[in-house]
Formats: sequence, C-alpha cells, structure tokens
Amino acid sequence: MKKLHFLEVEGNSLGYYAFLGLFSLIALIGILAAYYMEHNGHWVTGMSNQVIWGTPHVFAIFLIVAASGALNVASISSVFAKTAYKPLARLSGILAISLLSGGLVVLLLDLGRPDRLIVAMTQFNFVSIFTWNIFLYTGFMAIVGIYLWTMMDRPYNNLTKKAGLGAFIWRLILTTGTGSIFGFLISREAYDSALFAPMFVIMSFSFGLAFFILVLMGSYKYTHRALGDYMVNRLKNLLGVFVAAVLYFVLVYHVTNLYSADHRGVTLFVLADGGIYTFLFWVVQIVLGSLLPLALLYGPTGKNRTMIGLAAVLVIIGGMAQLYVIIVGGQAYPMHLFPGMEVSSSFYDGVVASYSPSLPEVLLGFGGFGVTLLLVTLAVAALKFLPDSLEDAIADPHGK
Amino acid sequence: MTSNINNEKQAEITSAETDSSRRNFVFGSIAAAGVTIAPGVMLYQTANARSLSDFSLKEGASSKVRWGMLVDTTKQVDWNKCVEACNKEHGLNNETHSRDDQKTQYIRVVDVKNKGTGHSMSLPVMCQHCESAPCVDVCPTGASMKRDDGIVLVDRHRCIGCRYCMMACPYKARSFVHEVLSDQKENTPRGKGCVESCNMCVNRIDNGLEPACVEASNEAIIFGDLNDPESKIAKLLKEFGGKQIRADLKLNPGVYYKGI
Repeated sequence: MKKLHFLEVEGNSLGYYAFLGLFSLIALIGILAAYYMEHNGHWVTGMSNQVIWGTPHVFAIFLIVAASGALNVASISSVFAKTAYKPLARLSGILAISLLSGGLVVLLLDLGRPDRLIVAMTQFNFVSIFTWNIFLYTGFMAIVGIYLWTMMDRPYNNLTKKAGLGAFIWRLILTTGTGSIFGFLISREAYDSALFAPMFVIMSFSFGLAFFILVLMGSYKYTHRALGDYMVNRLKNLLGVFVAAVLYFVLVYHVTNLYSADHRGVTLFVLADGGIYTFLFWVVQIVLGSLLPLALLYGPTGKNRTMIGLAAVLVIIGGMAQLYVIIVGGQAYPMHLFPGMEVSSSFYDGVVASYSPSLPEVLLGFGGFGVTLLLVTLAVAALKFLPDSLEDAIADPHGK
Repeated sequence: MTSNINNEKQAEITSAETDSSRRNFVFGSIAAAGVTIAPGVMLYQTANARSLSDFSLKEGASSKVRWGMLVDTTKQVDWNKCVEACNKEHGLNNETHSRDDQKTQYIRVVDVKNKGTGHSMSLPVMCQHCESAPCVDVCPTGASMKRDDGIVLVDRHRCIGCRYCMMACPYKARSFVHEVLSDQKENTPRGKGCVESCNMCVNRIDNGLEPACVEASNEAIIFGDLNDPESKIAKLLKEFGGKQIRADLKLNPGVYYKGI
C-alpha cells in the first residue's frame, strides 16, 4: 500500500479562479436577492400568512441537514475505525462546516429582521427548540473545527478519535433538533410526529453523502488527481443503503399517518390529491430521487462514474422535493380549527393555500449552495484537505 | 407614546418574571406551600368582585387575574363590526403592496358548517390567549410572551421575524408584516418583518377599557377576569358553560365560545 499524502489544490490556475468566480457569483446573486426581499419586505415573495416558510427554508434546511450528513464519512473513519474512509475525513469535515454555513446564511437572510441577529444571539428562550438549534449549529462549527484540527495537526492526532466521537454525537443531536422543529409542532397535521427526528437523521445521511460524492468526484476530476474505483464504489454502495433507508422512513411515516384518522387527510393530500405536492412526491422524490438512483447505483451502470454522479444529483433533487413537500405542502394543507367541519373565512381557513416560489427566493436558495461551494473551494486551496491521489493502491487498505 | 413605552416595559418585566418562575423547578416546594394557602386567599378575594376600572397601569399585570372572553355565537350579531372595530383600533388593513393572503388580520369571521347535519354558524376567531401558548414556547428570543394576566403578545423590539410562532399556532391567529407601513396607531406599533396578532387590546385594558371587538359586539362578547368568580364572564361560564376551540390540544385558551 502506497503512502497517503495530503496536498493543497493549486490555487493559482485559471480553472481554480473560474470555479471561485462562479461560486462567488452565485453567492453574490443570492445575497442581492435577499437584499431585494429585505428592502421591500416579504410581499415580493410567494410567501404569505398561510405559507409562512417557503423556498428559502427548503434550501436552508436541505443544506443544514446535508451538513451533518457530510460529516458521516469522517465519523465512519474515526468512530467506527474503518480506515478506508480516513483519507476522506478531512474533506468530510470541511464540507460539513461549509454546508452548515451555506444553510445558515439562507436561514438568516430570510428572517423578517435579519438585522436583529444580535438579538437572536443574546436573548434566549430556552424552551424554544430554535434556541437549542442556535447552540447546536454554533457548537457543531466549533466541534468539527476542533476535530479537523486534531486530524491535520500531527501532535494532536491521538485526540482525533475522541473529537470524532464528540462530533458524531453532536451531529446526531443536531439533526434530531432540526427534525424536531417540525416534529414538535402540534398545530399542523403534517407535522406533530416524533418520527421527524430519526427521519431527518437518515435523510442527512443520504443528502450529505450525495453532496460529498459530487464534491469529491468534481474536485478530483478538475484537479486531475487520481480517484480509484475502490473508494467510489464504497461510497456509492453506502449511498444506496441510505437512499433505501430514507424510503423506509417515508413509508412508515405515511402508513402510520394513514392509519390514524387524525392525520389521514394530509397524507391523502400528499399521496393522492395534492396537485403539485403529489407530483413532487411520486415523480420527483420517489421515482427520480429514490428508485432511479437505486437502479443507477446497483444496476449495470453501477461502475460508471457519470451514472454515479447522476444518481447523486438525483438524490439531491429528490431530497429537495421531499423537503418541499414536507415544508410547503405541510403548510398548504389547511389547519383544522373545527375537525370534521367545513370552514371558510377571509383568512383562507379551510382551503389549500396557494404558493408559487418567486425568483428572489430561488436565487437566495441557490446562493446558499454558492456560499457552501465557495468556502470549500477556498479551503481546499488554503489547507491540506485532499489527498494528492486516491488511486486504488493508496485508498484500498487491503490493496497491494 | 410614553404610556405605550411603559406598557411594553411593564409587559416585558412581568413576562420575564413568569418565565423564570415557571422554569425554576427548585422552587417547587415553595409553590406547594403556596397551593395550600391559595384557597384561603381566593375565598377572601371572591368577597369583592372587581370592576375593569380597578385595573390600570399603576397596578401592573398580575397573575391573580386571567383576562378572557366569552363569545356567544348563538346571538344574531354582525361579527364584521368586531373586525372593523379591531382594524380601526389597531390601524390595520393599511397595506398597499401585500396580496390578500399577506395582509394582517387580528380577528376574522369563520363560517363553520357541519357536513352531516347541515347546521352552520359564524364566529369571530382571534388569538385565543392560551395558558400554554405554543407561540411563546417556540419563540427563540422570547419576543412572543405571555403577561402575568394571561394576555399573549409580541414584543416588536425583540421579534426577529423567524415566523416559528406562526407555524406553531393552532388557531392561525398570527400575521407577518410583509411591507413597510405608515400611518400607524400610537398604541399599536407595527413594523415590517415582525409578527403580530390580537393583543386583547392591552392598551385599552391597561387603561380600564374593554377590547375594541367586545365594545362593538353588542354584548355578544363578554370580557372579564376568569379568575374572579364574581365577574360576569365567570358567572356566565359557570351557568351556561363554554367551549374552547381545539380544547383537545389542552392549551387552555382564554377565549371561550357558547354555541359551538
């Protein structure tokens, strides 16, 4: 087995600047979109008093959920002692921090009063799960930062396992917290389920790994570094397991809800007569985002890099659709002030709320991806995050 | 304006007191002692029913009081008059850009029809001023708060516009200000990017007046102290009963309805 070497990406090249420029531009457009919404007020968006959280939340929560999932590769290496994943642990850590940063930027810029961030950071209501999340997010940044330090600074290598265990436990709590933002809501039929916590954890495994695979394959392709089949095959097989696990949770969630008369209405809405939400669920989330990736990953195309990349892209698109159905669909379905009765009012009681994402919302969402990729691009050129080669002779611990 | 600032300060202080005492389990034993004394105190209080004018700013919000409303849906009333009174009192409906689904409504008229029996009715729905208010629990900054006298309101200096309270409210009672507003009422400051809802006309109550919707309801809405057995609302509730919307959620709203 050849020795593993970490090396910075060459920052002084046209290709590097091109990516840096592209990601900066996406981030900048997102921030300008946020400024436009903030300057005018939310009336320029598709959001309303009925659909309160819109597209920015879909992007933000996707990125935050994916952040903790991206750390999994490092956790498998440090906590579960799978040495095959060790070369990827550093990238896993920095990607986790970058994804979380991207998500938080979107979440913050969609606030009604983002200028009051200082209030959110100094005035706490410890009964609120949002408050817990503020600590979980900042703590995650710190603990993963320490974890990366122990990995990259040789004298502290002996602390990596402990830091990795801490980060692993923290990330499980973090995604539990994110899922519970919805799980704790008794007011809406679509939420109010403890299942949201574990479902978000498993969603994070899937979304985070899909994003990780794309960044890994992309960075090795464009820096002309060797990436052997051994590593890619391990990751893509793992992704398939996670995609299947998410499907299992989705199945349990909907079957449980169908069984309870209390929650049947919203489940039938999503599964059968919810229009765009039904389409997004069956066509995008289930077929394109779950079944097709499984076929691509485990079928005859399973060794084709392009197809593995496509599968990862589809998992991300499916994941976005899943969050859209949960977040927007869950709000669009009317709240039952008088269960079993027909209700109507000037405040849209009893009717399915309409929502069309506005361009600034979508641009802000993509801006979050821009921030994430910009941070990763800067990091891999500044410090030794990526092995200079991941050819099979280096990556495979059992190889020759 | 000064009285308004006083209102807010007072509300903030009393809310902070409530929160800290609620969370402080260490004082459980002291609370237990209080429970044994409370019935005697209650007996003493019932001897004298208080009128609304007894409450004013100089006394401050007190947990001895629980403000509530009883809405009689069996009365033939044009509930829209309550909506108009509310809009006038708080300077609502002055948005110029917002779509209809983005405009603020503190109180709305909900038409309810039983599909099985065909029976239908209308009733006004506003913030239900829950004892266990989900909006207060989920608010990360404590901007969503409950005064000691049970009134739930938003501190607009603290609200960051995250809208989690709107997600959590089972009564859809809250609105988000979607645009810059002008021509605001002195007693109801409203800012773009903040959440707002019915505050039971706290500005009026603190000055010994009834909420605007109550005044406009032609006695179809009774306002008063739920904790005072001698108050009109308590007597009516005792005699005729009253239901809370979504009582199954066990949030114990301060707004009761007759005839639902």
